[in-house]
Amino acid sequence: MDGSDMAARRRWMAVLARASAADIAACMGALPAPPRHVRLRGPETGLVMVRGRAGGDGAPFNLGEMTVTRCAVRLADGRVGHAYCAGRDARQAELAALVDALLLDADGRGAVEAAVIAPLARAQAARRETEARRAAATRVQFFTMTQMR
Amino acid sequence: MTTSFPGFADPVLDSQSCFRALLEAMSRPGRVQRVIAPPEVPPGLSPASAAVLLTLVDADTPLRLNAGAGAEAWVRFHCGCPLVRDGAAFVLDEGAGLAELEAGTDEEPERGATLILEVASLDEAAGWRLTGPGIREAHLLRVGGAPESFIAEWERNRAAFPRGVDVLLTAGDRLAALPRTVRIEEG
Repeated sequence: MDGSDMAARRRWMAVLARASAADIAACMGALPAPPRHVRLRGPETGLVMVRGRAGGDGAPFNLGEMTVTRCAVRLADGRVGHAYCAGRDARQAELAALVDALLLDADGRGAVEAAVIAPLARAQAARRETEARRAAATRVQFFTMTQMR
Repeated sequence: MTTSFPGFADPVLDSQSCFRALLEAMSRPGRVQRVIAPPEVPPGLSPASAAVLLTLVDADTPLRLNAGAGAEAWVRFHCGCPLVRDGAAFVLDEGAGLAELEAGTDEEPERGATLILEVASLDEAAGWRLTGPGIREAHLLRVGGAPESFIAEWERNRAAFPRGVDVLLTAGDRLAALPRTVRIEEG
């Protein structure tokens, strides 16, 4: 897998990690029934330590633990899909891993990308936009303090 | 490289049942136990060896493994253990002699390694005669395909007690244990 494939996979895994199980399942309804898959690991829920750096480049510190559910599945032709999702939704992790495996096939990627990833990414962008608008409406400008600095 | 072989079908219950079988095997040396194996195992590992690795090996137990790249990738994925050459807590390597493995110290004999030895067959029948702690009179164990020098090496291993190496024999989905206290005689 070269650099651009890796970047593309990172993008679709991020979209799947943010989508709910119901949304992924609804989008997959538009596709032909997926092939049978075998669970290699999980879905299983555990904790991961989220680490941060003060100011983005300071000394690393442990921000806190986060609940993560992960899953790895294998399709009949040997493709292995992985998913890591925040929260405890095992079905979301399994569906995300399955879609990841489907997307690894270069020939079938276009259809899956169009049916699942594109609508989910659009919905997520729209939701982010709405939230940003609502937050922006409550923004307060402290002119006096700005001028004093 | 990622693996395409699964782990236990039920990670919690299957590894508990395998752990129980290992306890039974260790406390009754030479008694053959059957374990629940993962649905598929990678090439180079017997079902019982795979179950033992899934049950006992994790990030805190360095493993010396010589069973091919497929088995290595599988172990990395499912156990997340460091793969080492020296100082391993568990060893699955046909080429490993008992004498070269970690035997612990007189103060910390529990640091001795456990060797997982894959053999052709394991039966509770005439072959080896085992005596020692955990055995009332004697247990009979027939081991097909053990290394020729094994009994002599075992005698030297036993002489170093409390230091020493424990051995798990695996064949198919069957396993038997030889803790370092057990005495083996031919016949």
